[in-house]
Formats: sequence, structure tokens, C-alpha cells
Amino acid sequence: MSDTKNNWPLWEVFIRSKQGLGHKHVGSLHASDAEMAIGNARDVYTRRQEGVSIWVVPSESISASSPKDSEALFDPANDKVYRHPTFFVLPDEVNHM
Amino acid sequence: MIQTVEQFDAYVAAEKKIEPKDWMPDGYRKTLIRQISQHAHSEVVGMLPEGNWITRAPSLQRKAILLAKVQDEAGHGLYLYSAAETLGVERSDLVDDLLSGKAKYSSIFNYPVLTWADIGAIGWLVDGAAILNQVPLCRCSYGPYSRSMIRVCKEESFHQRQGYSIMVELMKGNEAQREMAQDALNRWWWPSLMMFGPSDKDSEHSSQNMKWKIKRFTNDELRQRMVDMTVPQAECIGLKMPDKELKWNDETGHHDFGEIDWDEFYNVLAGNGPCNEERLAVRNKAHDDGAWVREAAVAYADKKKKTKG
Ligand SMILES: [Fe+2]
Ligand SMILES: [Fe+2]
Ligand SMILES: [Fe+2]
Repeated sequence: MSDTKNNWPLWEVFIRSKQGLGHKHVGSLHASDAEMAIGNARDVYTRRQEGVSIWVVPSESISASSPKDSEALFDPANDKVYRHPTFFVLPDEVNHM
Repeated sequence: MIQTVEQFDAYVAAEKKIEPKDWMPDGYRKTLIRQISQHAHSEVVGMLPEGNWITRAPSLQRKAILLAKVQDEAGHGLYLYSAAETLGVERSDLVDDLLSGKAKYSSIFNYPVLTWADIGAIGWLVDGAAILNQVPLCRCSYGPYSRSMIRVCKEESFHQRQGYSIMVELMKGNEAQREMAQDALNRWWWPSLMMFGPSDKDSEHSSQNMKWKIKRFTNDELRQRMVDMTVPQAECIGLKMPDKELKWNDETGHHDFGEIDWDEFYNVLAGNGPCNEERLAVRNKAHDDGAWVREAAVAYADKKKKTKG
């Protein structure tokens, strides 16, 4: 019970569930190095054929946006509804565009 | 953006999810850390009574199935520790709290597993009760907890079915096998009902947790579901429920059932169950025995880093 403080680094795990789809974040785990992280990710996150490919990334290498900045980052898209095709009303005669 | 308790409450009330970097009340964070880590500990300690029976499973197929089930429980523990860590705690601190006896885990694992039929009863009843507890948690307001519960729930129904199928098989067997199944039900039924926690009138955390959308149903509501779900499953294979007061109530549309022995419940919770000491001792030994593996892995990783750099 003495050495648990000797924490293995934390890794974020991303899994491609099948060819044609992107890798998706599924959770995290501890491992001493990347090789062990992939091995552990296989056991923890793909016991039922949930994946065909695994990425592991040291959690400390991830830079994330902060909820504080979410208005500045994402609100400007709010008033640009013309980016969506439904903004434009077509003449009745034109069915598909 | 959430900055105040009022905004937080409104956000959660609207069934929106909270993510790790969002502001949250201290109480919400503390409650989740406690609940998620206790849940993780339960998955980990839950491996011990069943793991004990892997070598004694009655066939190669049963052995493979039990092994896969126990491996799932390890996975559940790891999903949950991972979710707890998003709240700003260190995994090693959580593990230390389990090993020192400071943290709680589900009392059900402090009962002994005496026969192979107990493995059937555990899958059927203990995992069955866990499913009833866990399905509503898939909608928990905290995103990482909700996502790990979705993974867990997908895997649990295999656990319950493999347990029930052990009971089905025993009940098709000879007199001694049927008795063994009945005996396992007799011993596991009441502790399984205790898994839903204290009665609503004595439950401390309920209303706040409901408001925070951590809890969706009361302990007694879930317990009633367990009774209603299990009775026909037992009858169907010829098992008798060990409760003289159990009977269908036409008016309520539910089964009435006897009173739980709450002294036993609080006694096991306080650490005086038949196996509390043994479980912690085994867990500590496994942890200590693995120390050299953890040290070697770190030494190897360091050496690789040095030769690279
Ligand atoms: Fe589990
Ligand atoms: Fe569970
Ligand atoms: Fe399970």
C-alpha cells in the first residue's frame, strides 16, 4: 500500500469503431508508457469488438478550450443562419437544389 | 456559461449535461466523487468473490464465461475511476482509500460465496439489482459518469443472464442440485434487496441528489422493481422466494413483501459483515504483490526514454 503515489501517467483513449469512421474519445487510463497504454486500452475499451484502431495521447498534452471562452468562440456562428441552405426560400417551381 | 448556483440548477433542471471543466457547486462535485469512487471500488471488490470460483467452474465453457464476466467488472471499475478523475481527484488517492478501509464499497460483496449455485445467484440477483440501479444513472447530469454507465449497462445484461442460466440448469438437475439453487436464493435474496440502500424515510442524500439529477428514483421504488422483476423469474424455474409475507397486491399492482433486517444492513455497512476483513486483506495483498510489476514498468519506461533522448 506504500507506492501508489508513484502514479503512472494518465492517457486519453480514442477508438475508431470501424473503417470509415473517425477516432472517438472513450475515456482514459493509466499506463507507464504508450505501448502499455495501447495494451490496456484494448483490454478496457474493446472487449466486444468496439474498435479496429486505438490512439492514446498523454492527457497532459491535450490543450482544451475553456467554458469561459465558449461565448467568444462559438456564439458568432449564431447570427449567420444564411450558412444553412434552409435560409433561402426557393421558387415553388424549383423542387431540388 | 454557468457561474452561479442558480444557473447551475436551471441548467441541470433542463436536462443538460455538466462536463468536467464546467463550474459546479462543491457539494455536487463531492457527492459525485464519493458516489463514483464507491461505485468503482464495488466493481473491483466484486471481482473477488467470483474470481475465487473461476478455477472451480463445472465446465470449460462456464469457466470461460465467468472469466469474461469478472474481466468486465475490472473494466467497469476502470471506466468509473476514469470518470471520477475528471472531477480532479487522483486515482492513487482513491485506491489508497479503498485499501485502508476508509472508502466504502457495496456491502453485498461482504457475504460469502459458498457453492457454485451462489455464482448463479450473484449474476441473477446482484447484477440484476445493479442493472436496476445503473440504468437510471445512464441519464445522470454529469457527462463522464453518464457515459461510463452507458458502457457498463451494455455489458451487464450478459452478467445477469449467465447467472440466471446457471440457476435454470441447476433446477433441471437432481434433488441435490435443486436444493443447492434454492439455498443460494435463500441466502442472497435479502442482501440483494439491501443493495438499494436504506428505506426512503432514512435516506440522507436522496432529495438533493434527485434535484441534481444524479438520482432518478428512490431506493424503495427501485427495490419494489427488483421484487416485481424477480418473483416471476423464480417461479418460472420452480424456486421459492424466501419471504413468507410476499404476495401479489391487486390494488397496487405490485408485490407486497416482508421487512428487511435493517440491523443486519447497518451492521455489514459498519464493517462487521462475514467477509469485510477478508475482502480488504485479499485486495491489499493483491496490490502489494503487484508492487514489483508497477516498479518494473516505470523503470522500463524511464530506461526507454533515456535511450531515446
Ligand atoms: Fe459491473
Ligand atoms: Fe456495477
Ligand atoms: Fe456485472
